[in-house]
Amino acid sequence: MSVLLDISHIDMEFPTPKGPFTALRDVDLKISQGEFVSLIGHSGCGKSTVLNVVAGLYQATRGGVILNGKEVTEPGPERAVVFQNHSLLPWLSAYENVELAVKQVFGSSKSKAEMRQWIEYNLDLVHMSHAMHKRPGEISGGMKQRVGIARALAMQPKVLLMDEPFGALDALTRAHMQDSLMEIQAELNNTVIMITHDVDEAVLLSDRIVMMTNGPAATIGEILEVDLERPRHRLELADNPLYNQYRSKVLKFLHERHSKPDVPIKKSAQPKSSSQQAAANAKARNAQKEAVEDAA
Amino acid sequence: MNTTTVNATKLAGFKLPQLSEVFNGTLVSGAIRLVALPLAGILAFLLLWSITAQNIDTSLGKFPGPAAVMEQFNSLYDEHQRSRNKEQAFYERQEKRNAERVAKDPNYEPKVRAYTGKETFLDQIITSLITVMSGFLLAVVIAIPLGIAIGLSKTLNSAINPIIQVFKPVSPLAWLPLVTMVVSALYATPDPIVAKSFLVSLITVTLCCLWPMVINTAVGVAGIDKDLINVSKVLRLPALRHVQKIVLPASVPMIFTGMRLSLGVAWMVLIAAEMLAQNPGLGKFVWDEFQNGSSNSLARIMAAVLVIGVIGFLLDRGMLVLQKLVSWDDSASQ
Repeated sequence: MSVLLDISHIDMEFPTPKGPFTALRDVDLKISQGEFVSLIGHSGCGKSTVLNVVAGLYQATRGGVILNGKEVTEPGPERAVVFQNHSLLPWLSAYENVELAVKQVFGSSKSKAEMRQWIEYNLDLVHMSHAMHKRPGEISGGMKQRVGIARALAMQPKVLLMDEPFGALDALTRAHMQDSLMEIQAELNNTVIMITHDVDEAVLLSDRIVMMTNGPAATIGEILEVDLERPRHRLELADNPLYNQYRSKVLKFLHERHSKPDVPIKKSAQPKSSSQQAAANAKARNAQKEAVEDAA
Repeated sequence: MNTTTVNATKLAGFKLPQLSEVFNGTLVSGAIRLVALPLAGILAFLLLWSITAQNIDTSLGKFPGPAAVMEQFNSLYDEHQRSRNKEQAFYERQEKRNAERVAKDPNYEPKVRAYTGKETFLDQIITSLITVMSGFLLAVVIAIPLGIAIGLSKTLNSAINPIIQVFKPVSPLAWLPLVTMVVSALYATPDPIVAKSFLVSLITVTLCCLWPMVINTAVGVAGIDKDLINVSKVLRLPALRHVQKIVLPASVPMIFTGMRLSLGVAWMVLIAAEMLAQNPGLGKFVWDEFQNGSSNSLARIMAAVLVIGVIGFLLDRGMLVLQKLVSWDDSASQ
């Protein structure tokens, strides 16, 4: 398969008063047309930075991003972003939010009627036709995220960038949204880069899972090819040994080899009395358990 | 409520509201809160006012109580009616005279002279309202684009901020002599469209409205959610469309906060400026009455004070209604 998007050896440094802070070092990834890639890693490891560089919102300090043979220098609708907190304009209805994007991208190539059809088609794709004239304040979090996805899809992007799109949703809504996304992906064959910290989500949706090491100077630790038949169904996969193998591989990477480095540092930083120590240990164990459950 | 009626209602299968429910119910408590309590407050104020007023002796007689002020309201309205009748009579006479002269001499070009009677209380109210609204609108036209520009550009903000910070605390009344002189010097046409005094008051109001609006607009624009800015970047919205579609709607709540603040201050400042500069308006009315020093003067000034207060309140409510009409968030729901 030909390479659509080449993230080529990017370094990212942010200036701080104490000198430059290296967020990313030598992140190198090639993505083919129609591929669904997840970026997974602990929070603060620079996943969002990678996405923002691809989106063109940040400029890499070294290296660059090449889309279809052209270097990415600024943001643009061919790399549509679905933001974590939907980022809909609160004063516009769902329809008008999508319309803003469609007018901007297809204003000169589509007629008014075609544009209306296209907006409605995209809202229908995310099952939002029934509430398309409601404002973001009047619909639920899941519905807002659907509209955000419709807006991104309506730009007909070459690459769809999703920054923890379902992170703020409850588990049931999230599952529902994941199924919707798989349907859409099967229909449109989009190229997608998705940031997630949910192991199940990553394995369920992705063709490849890119696991990132902890920052500073984060980079790609491992890449896991997920070779599961599509269409995938979460209930059938639950008993699939291959699926569970992928899951545990990602979990092992995140929780054994690259567990959050600041947890042990905190523990050893302050010597405590034995009872306090025990309480702290219990707390840490709980936190770890929660983290695993979170991921599961 | 006696037992028989209770039994009767039970038998009928529906429940009448109990007396206690009526009193505790939201409907009644709402009515008490919205109507009865403010009414009680006003009554208490009137009582306190009339008692206190009786005990204050000034060189112009006793301090006016509510009754005296009410009387002056009536007399001010009568004066206004009389003045209007006089004006009408004046124009009728003039028209008649002109018609007669034209009949005598077809080449005569009739001259129409404006009526130059003393402005009544109502005229002064209208003058003040027109002045404050014109000055306010001029400030809106200047301040909002400037505020948006400052909010969008950090460079511009750094450049202009010191000037704003220095001029913001200056009372517009301090500008008044300068404005008067500059208007007199620059606006020297033999046939002015608007009176000089009007222009002076207007510019003073504008100067006073400008700063809160510029600052609030700039803060609103600078504080727009970064994600919304990113949406605009991803869509590659051109600058003008970015302002129109993202910046302006997003900062509407802050812009309106600035507008409401300014209008409130502008109304207060205008009255003071009119007093100080003897420009037509409610301020001049107050000052004239003070200089007049008749036995009615204090009551008339008190009437003007009440009118100034009511108009200030209505202006603020009006802005709130406008804000509710254009605003997408619930910042205006209070």
